[in-house]
Amino acid sequence: MSGHSTYVPRTALGKWFEARLPVVRLLHDTAVSYPTPRNLNALWTFGGILAMMLVVQIVTGIVLAMHYAADSRIAFQSVESIMRDVNWGWLIRYLHANGASMFFIAVYIHIFRGLYYGSYKPPREILWILGVIIYLLMMAAAFMGYVLPWGQMSFWGATVITNFFTALPIVGQPIQTLLIGGFSVDNATLNRFFSLHYLLPFLIAGVVVLHVWALHVVGQNNPLGIDVKSEKDTVPFTPYATSKDVMWIVLFMIFYGWFVFYQPNFLGHPDNYIEANPLSTPAHIVPEWYFLPFYAILRAIDFNIGPIDSKLGGVLAMFGAIAVLAFLPWLDTSKVRSGRFRPIFKVAFWLFGVNALFLGYLGSVKTDDILFHVPGLDYQAVVWAKLSTFYYFAYFLVILPVLGYIEKPKPLPVSINDAILAKSAPSSAH
Amino acid sequence: MAESDTPAEPTRRDFLLHAAGAFGVVGVAAAAWPFIDQMNPDASTRALASVEVDISGVQPGQAITVMWRGKPVVIRNRTEKEVEEGKAVKLEELKDPLARNANADASADASDANRAAAGKENILVMTKVCTHLGCIPLDESGEFGGWFCPCHGSVYDTSGRIRSGPAPENLPIPPYAFLTDTKIRIG
Repeated sequence: MSGHSTYVPRTALGKWFEARLPVVRLLHDTAVSYPTPRNLNALWTFGGILAMMLVVQIVTGIVLAMHYAADSRIAFQSVESIMRDVNWGWLIRYLHANGASMFFIAVYIHIFRGLYYGSYKPPREILWILGVIIYLLMMAAAFMGYVLPWGQMSFWGATVITNFFTALPIVGQPIQTLLIGGFSVDNATLNRFFSLHYLLPFLIAGVVVLHVWALHVVGQNNPLGIDVKSEKDTVPFTPYATSKDVMWIVLFMIFYGWFVFYQPNFLGHPDNYIEANPLSTPAHIVPEWYFLPFYAILRAIDFNIGPIDSKLGGVLAMFGAIAVLAFLPWLDTSKVRSGRFRPIFKVAFWLFGVNALFLGYLGSVKTDDILFHVPGLDYQAVVWAKLSTFYYFAYFLVILPVLGYIEKPKPLPVSINDAILAKSAPSSAH
Repeated sequence: MAESDTPAEPTRRDFLLHAAGAFGVVGVAAAAWPFIDQMNPDASTRALASVEVDISGVQPGQAITVMWRGKPVVIRNRTEKEVEEGKAVKLEELKDPLARNANADASADASDANRAAAGKENILVMTKVCTHLGCIPLDESGEFGGWFCPCHGSVYDTSGRIRSGPAPENLPIPPYAFLTDTKIRIG
């Protein structure tokens, strides 16, 4: 989609600069004249929303780091002082803490958009894999950020998650000791997590540049999932995509603002307002909401699989649930991108979405809770987690590979322009 | 670079190129090591390796918890009933058949005698960190009258052996020794 550049420097200074560093041309081609498919719907604004959230997190984070002390003796107090003493500290911290949740809400919508419209299919494989890498970096950044307030959930979350590595045979224990810098989570752990938490957003920004670059090489997918064939199928990024992005960013900010100003602790956990105590584990440890589906998968594997014990099996299943996304471009064998034209896929996809939410719910309850007090369905949560985990993997490893061969897709429109005209034709014909 | 179709003998230039490349790889690895190893616990952390505890005040049925290497170690003076329960368990009922006792042979079985202090069957010293994902089990709870981990539901018996739940191993017993009859050194 990268055609000839239409940028023409008008002023003398612009021409002088253009001859030395054509950065204005790059920005113009990227954010102004870049042709976008004319049928993009609101789901395509989440890339812009995510870019905004990354900036919000970096700006609020830099400010918080001016007041935070990464020392296990005073970290908790320094966060309390941000909340009570620092001018506007409460606002900036609530923006940052809820910003992490908003970031994940937006990224999950963005990922499911890609899953439904087949945005991972050729030629967008690299674009998709870069996205999976960003998602992984986001999870690492969010986990380490949650440790910094040094509350009970911070401490025990860090303990449980770094203990995942001890499941690996032989190398597990040395790796865990290396990660936490001691025999248990302590000041050394807090310091390195703070250092890395400051680093990761900038790594994310770097991979985002590659992600956008790859996007601009292959062009955006669109709700029909068919290629752009001529200029008639596109509109320029500015003003069309820009104004749509801005409108949805404003709507998203209202949603974000509602949490920050009215429910700032709804997405957190009250136990994290208790200072970390290495001698007492909270009765019910749960990760932040955005990790719950993976936590449910971890706990679902409570049985040994051949030589793999339940602990290693759970950890492998959890990491596998994310790793499988990277192989998706080759697991889905259908030539048709958009779910709109795939009747069976549609059903499997929506089941997958509901199943993912259900896994999130399962991650939040105790494994022996009875979910449905109905005869015949009164199983413990862990049984449902096993079923849900099975469908999660079956979707990627069985359904998508097989569907490409047995499903008969609906006929695709000739072009984006034709589809739009056909939609408006019946009314205009009368 | 005059190339011919027949493979020539390696030249001096080839040798220099490969030798320099090999040195470069070793050099990069040597330079990287300090940046990796700095993350490991330093000598001052590792030196916190032993604590001495007076257990004269711990009556039967009581336990104290001390910190060793940043982890809680429980020292329990078990009641006769608890000892009997621990002895009564058949070894084949155990999920983890090994003693996990740093003071005994690595292949020692998980009998109550191999878990308790040598010559003092009522004293049990062990690291109170769940072998699943590192939470702290609760004392005197769970269906086997020993310890119960609230995080993911692992249950340990009165000898600290894993009996049900996701944890793979018995609670580990740290190296320790009796200095006097009522004083022990852990580590």
